[in-house]
Amino acid sequence: MSVTMERPPFTEAAPTIADKKPELVDRMVIFAWSGELDKVWPTLILATTAAAMGKETTIFFTFWGLFPLVKNEVRITGDNWMQKMLSLMNRGGDKHLKLSKMNFVGAGPAMMNHLAKQHRVASPHELMEIAIEMGVHLVPCQMTMDMMGLKRSDLIDGIDEPAGATKALADAQGAITLFI
Amino acid sequence: MSITIAKSLDLKGLSCPLPIIKTAKAMKELAPGELLEAFATDPGAVPDFKAWAQTTGNPLVESSESGGVFHFVLKKKEI
Repeated sequence: MSVTMERPPFTEAAPTIADKKPELVDRMVIFAWSGELDKVWPTLILATTAAAMGKETTIFFTFWGLFPLVKNEVRITGDNWMQKMLSLMNRGGDKHLKLSKMNFVGAGPAMMNHLAKQHRVASPHELMEIAIEMGVHLVPCQMTMDMMGLKRSDLIDGIDEPAGATKALADAQGAITLFI
Repeated sequence: MSITIAKSLDLKGLSCPLPIIKTAKAMKELAPGELLEAFATDPGAVPDFKAWAQTTGNPLVESSESGGVFHFVLKKKEI
């Protein structure tokens, strides 16, 4: 009696996640809506890191997010009393950011900045300069500028031309997108 | 055969994201095939250097630790 061994036909192992190399995305767009220290900080850390990873990076600054782009030395902005009051209550500039919690009339941010210095973490102001130097596109929202009474001359140098939501969404196509 | 390091970076004491930002800047100045070494103390730099190498295509040829200091060697990719 002869025994014949039957083997199932050879099949390649199904690819696992490790075998699938995720497609690299070469652009990132952050919609920066917040103006608080604890939101602006990660926004700038992620943007400068993406630029360091060779990604073309854009931050679209809108609503409260626009105020960190105001020059630190500019105090009152706007044309009418409402816009002026707004800038009085919500001072612009990347050196005047408040914490979203535990602000304690500025004591919170002061302590946070002290800790950052101790641990040699770059400040939002330093990261903003690094972002500009690395070619990160900093795009202010035109509509917010008009509504809040912020002029191009109130904003820091080295940023892109103001634009709208369509430009921001067009840039975001096929890119990593974050809303902070 | 001796391995020549084209550039050496001291990133000790620096926190995220500065080690990677300074490394990326320094790598731009290297010619393809040249090596860059970096010393860091941020434990987060270990996965960050690996991820940076993987996503940018510049091979990480060494990643080691000695006395709390991390040592990385990156090779600039061929174009």
